[in-house]
This record gives sequence, structure tokens and C-alpha cells, in this order.
Amino acid sequence: MNKKFIKKLGEKLIHGLLTLSGSITSIIVLLIVIFLFKEGAGLFNRSTLGDDMVLAVNKSNPLNKIKAAKVKAIFDQQVTNWKQVGGKNDSIIIIRLEDLSTYYTEEQLGANLENVGACVSKLTDSLSGAVVYVQKKFVTKDFKGKVLPEEHLSLTEFFFGKEWFPTAVPSAQFGILPLILGTLWVSLGAILIALPLGLGVAIYLAEIADPRLRGVLKPVIELLSGIPSVIYGFFGLVVIVPLIQQAFNLPVGETALAGSIVLGIMALPTIITVAEDAMRTTPRAMKEASLALGATRWQTIYRIIIPYSISGITAGAILGIGRAIGETMAVLMVTGNAGVIPHTYLQPVRTIPATIAAELGESAQGGIHYQALFTLGCVLFVITLLVNLGVEYVSSKRKF
Amino acid sequence: MSLNMNEKIARSKRRSEMFAFGIFRALSFLVVAILFVILGFIIIKGGSAISWKFLTTMPTDGMTGGGILPAIIGTFCLVGGSILFSFPIGVLAGIYMNEYAKDGPLVRFIRMMTNNLAGIPSIVFGLFGVSFFVITCGMGDSIIAGSLTLGILTLPVVIRTTEEALKAVDNSFRQGSYALGATKIQTIRKVVLPISYPNIITGLILSIGRVSGEVAPILFIVAYFTTKLPTSVKDQVMALPYHLYVLATSGTNIEKTRPIAYGTALVLIAIVLIMNLLANALRRYFGKKVKMN
Repeated sequence: MNKKFIKKLGEKLIHGLLTLSGSITSIIVLLIVIFLFKEGAGLFNRSTLGDDMVLAVNKSNPLNKIKAAKVKAIFDQQVTNWKQVGGKNDSIIIIRLEDLSTYYTEEQLGANLENVGACVSKLTDSLSGAVVYVQKKFVTKDFKGKVLPEEHLSLTEFFFGKEWFPTAVPSAQFGILPLILGTLWVSLGAILIALPLGLGVAIYLAEIADPRLRGVLKPVIELLSGIPSVIYGFFGLVVIVPLIQQAFNLPVGETALAGSIVLGIMALPTIITVAEDAMRTTPRAMKEASLALGATRWQTIYRIIIPYSISGITAGAILGIGRAIGETMAVLMVTGNAGVIPHTYLQPVRTIPATIAAELGESAQGGIHYQALFTLGCVLFVITLLVNLGVEYVSSKRKF
Repeated sequence: MSLNMNEKIARSKRRSEMFAFGIFRALSFLVVAILFVILGFIIIKGGSAISWKFLTTMPTDGMTGGGILPAIIGTFCLVGGSILFSFPIGVLAGIYMNEYAKDGPLVRFIRMMTNNLAGIPSIVFGLFGVSFFVITCGMGDSIIAGSLTLGILTLPVVIRTTEEALKAVDNSFRQGSYALGATKIQTIRKVVLPISYPNIITGLILSIGRVSGEVAPILFIVAYFTTKLPTSVKDQVMALPYHLYVLATSGTNIEKTRPIAYGTALVLIAIVLIMNLLANALRRYFGKKVKMN
């Protein structure tokens, strides 16, 4: 009786352990979501000016707020008149802390910069076109200029901003549009290369090749999927990039095209395996009926087998795109990483994963740049989640 | 007349078939050729760099000379740690999914989550590793943080491998065992697992090759350069794939580091190849054994 009880307890215990292990993936996905959003949270509550920095103008200046992109344009001297940013007709005079020395001597500023506050105040008051960018501590209570309110990074600026320039001072730019477009360009190029090639191989493997040849080809494809992405990146860097540079006579060979070719090769095994599996599920009766009606094998393939397995083929293509979107190292090594909106395939581009990989090491933990990179991670996570759900939707349709 | 027409149609049909099949055959050989070009290139270029000394000495002269020993040992530690985590949990989870879970909303949810976990880009695992293991758990940039990050990355692969292997076991074995009065656990332990473990093991070996080459998840955890060999799980180590990335992209003296980069690439490829060959050999060995019984 007692023995039986212990045995039952043991079974219950093991069952509990197995259930726990079974649910671990769900727990991990949940943790990933929580921690990504936790680190990225707060991005939209921060000023892009930099911590403890403040922007001030002359009292007579009609501007009450100014967008981050315009601040950068002003300090890069692309904009030199207030009229261009919606103010009155007056030329802009930029004053940073280091510019003060052109207006005041070191003595006037004080040996320990104790008079900087007063100087900044006086200068802002006297120059009607002044824009001052200094630390908050220099703006004292009797400051005679107008301090502009902190502008928080907005969702529109983040998702539709055309510039990714996280280290710009003042006003870092966190527009991820170029990164999203770069990712899409490279992935679409990859799928355009991989889909015809992969589909052809899948058809050959599933319907044409004799078993012996298939036995050789399958391990090759398995091996292709086992090669580390950093090797693909390295191969792309030393072989494909110079080839592209020579073929198109470009200043640099690190382009979206190089990324697409490398990613295309990397997406091949996924597409081949999924598409071949889908084609193999075609009922034998269907194929035989087609052949019995006098159709050739080729007609059977493109009239019966491909239409029957189209949802599996689509699932393979979407999975391939998903892999390409998330691929990091190979892309980082061959695409040149220029954060601009791409116009041709012969131009360097920068993708979302490559940006995270290249910049997280340099960003200060908890800073706005760090938060922006984690938010990028969230964006990437959501994109791949949608891709996965798409795959599941497409393959679930097959059953009906 | 009509006979002639039929023949014409048949001939044109045959011609288009031959044409299409020719294209598919060419595409397949192209894919094989791509693999051989990549492998051949790395093997030929890397072969001259590899020597016993290269594998067993420290890097010198700011990584423009010497060997890659710390990177090899680092990868060994990281991969070892990751499989210690992912293999037991993953196999248990696979057993649960295939043997215990009844098809219902909960299991469908778990399966969906496992699929999603498999689809998450590796760089997102890297972000999670930094945020969770390194900062929140206070592990710092250590072997253990890197191992756990790689471990959760391999988990879905291990689960799926186990599930597939268990699914391949014919149900009559289970029913036979139950009929003899065995409990569920006894059935799994004495009947199902012994039949399926060759498949599980080959799958696990392949996943070792996979995880050795992963670098994006541990990009922010492993060391750029260190000559100190690890003495505890709290130490920071170098890793082969990251070493290759650093050598290939950020060296100031590209000409001098290229041979080392080729050598490192060859070592990485060799690990993947050996794991693949081992898996294939095991598959064949177990296949024979099953037949003999």
C-alpha cells in the first residue's frame, strides 16, 4: 500500500517536472517581452538634447518650441536664418559653451567658470538671433533669455524620422525609417534571389531526382544551413563585395546587393526544406490521376503539385523573409551600414539588427541611445512575431 | 493527319519537360556548387594558416600574430555551458509535449510560443541576455551569462528534435508496453526513449555545431581580446565567431590579420563539419544496429 503511494507520488512529481519544462519556452518568451520593453521604456519621455542640457533663445524670439531635426540642422549650420524654421527674419547665432571664449576673456568667465551663467544671460539678451546650448546649471534664476521647453522624442519622429544619428550633439536623431527601409530592401532582394532558386531545387528534390542523388543533395543542404552566419559574412566580405565593386565600378562594394546575395544563400535551406516537405504531402492518387490522363510529369508538377502545395511554399517564403530580416552578423559585415534611405541596390544600407549589433556596445547603459536600441529590438521582435503568425496562419489554412 | 498532330503535341510537351527539368537540375547543382565554393575557399585559404602552434598559442602583437587558443577555449566553455542548460530542459519539454500534453488550447499556446521563440532573431536574444542575465541577475560579462543566453537560443531546436524523434516511435510499442501492465513513466523510460534516443542524440550533435557559430547573442558579453584563460564561470572569455568578426572588420592591419581570419574561419567550419559527420555516422551506426536486432 505504502509502496504504491510512493510510486504514485513519484509519477506525479515527474509529471510536474515535465509540465514545468514544457512551459519554459512560454516563460522565456514572456521574459524577453518584459525585459525588452522595460529597457526600451521611457524613450519617449526623454529629451533628445542630452541629459542636463538646455536650449535658450533671445526673449524677442517668437519661437516657443523647436523640433529635434531642426535643432540639428541649426547646429550643423544647414539653417542660418530663423525664418527657415518659422521665426522672424534674423540670422542665427550659435552659442555653445566653447563659443563663449570668442565673446569673453577667460578672466570674465572666471577661473572656475563661476561667471558663465551671468555671461550667457547677458549674451542671450544682447543678441536677438542667439541660440544657446549649455548645461542646465548655467541657466540661473535671473536668466534674461527664453528657455525653450524640453521636446520629447515623439512616436512619429521615431518611426518616420528620416535620419538615424544617435550621437549628434545637440539633438540626437532617432528616425528609424532608413533602418526599416534598409532591412526591407535587403530582405526583399534576398527573397527574390532565393525563392526561384530554392523552389527549383525543392521541385527537383521532391519530384525529379532519383533517391540516390537525393541522398547526396539533402546532406549538402543540411550543411548549408549549418554554416555559421559569420562565415557567410566573411565569405561575402572577401569574395562577393570585391566582385560587386569591380562589376559595377563602385567606390565601395559594401552594398544592399551584397547583403541580398549573402542573405539569399542563407535563406535557401529554409525555403528548400519547407517547400519540399509541402510538395511531398501531395496525395499520390492526385499525381497518378494526372499522369493517367496523359499529362507529362512537368504538367503534373505545375498543374497539380505546385497548386496543391502553394500554402506550404508560401510559408517557406515567409519563413525565409523572417530569417533574412533578423539576420545580423552577415549583414553587418557586407552592407556598409550607412544610415540613409536607400535609392538603389548599389548603395550601402543599414538594417535594424546590424544597428543594434554595432551600437549597443558603445551606448551608455540607461541612456537615450541605449533605450532607442532596445526599442529597435522591440520593433524587430514585433516584426518577426507578425511573420511567425503569418506562417502559422498560412500553414493552418492548408488543412481545409 | 490527327495522328501527326498528336505526335507534334507530344513532342513539344516532351521538349518543354526536358527544358524545365534541365533548369531544375542546373539549379540544384548550382546550390551544391555554392556550398563547395564557400567550403573550398575557406579550406584552401585557411589551410596554410593552420598549425599546431596556431591552435595552442595566445594571440600576439595586437592580434596580428600568434594563435587563437583563448577563442577556442572560450567557445568550448560557452557551448558546454549552453548545452548543460538546454539539453536536459529541452528533452524534458519535448517528452512533455509529445507524451503527456493532450491537444488543447494550453498545448497549442505552448507550441506557438516554442515556434515564436525559434523565430526570434538572435540579436534580440543578445539584448535580452544583456538586460536579464548580465544586468538584472548581476552575472556580468561572464561565461555563465553567455552560456545561458546561448542555451535559451538552442532550446526550441532541442525541443523540436526530441518531439520529432518521439513522434517517430510507432504507437504499437506504447500499447504493447501498457498491455503488459507498465505505467506511463515506465513505458517512456524503458520503451519509448531507448528506441528514439539515436535520433535525439544526432539532433543534439547537430545543434552543438549550430551553437558554436552563433555570435549575435553573445556579442555584448564576450571579450574583444584577452590572454587570460578562464578559471571560473564568472570570467569573461573570447569566442571563435566573434574573433573572426573582429579580425575581418575592425583590424587596423587587414593584410596581416587576414591569414589569421582565414585560419579562424577554417576552425569554425571544421567544428560544424565534424559535428555533421559525427551525426551522419551515428545515424548509420544506429540504423544498422536496429536492423540487426
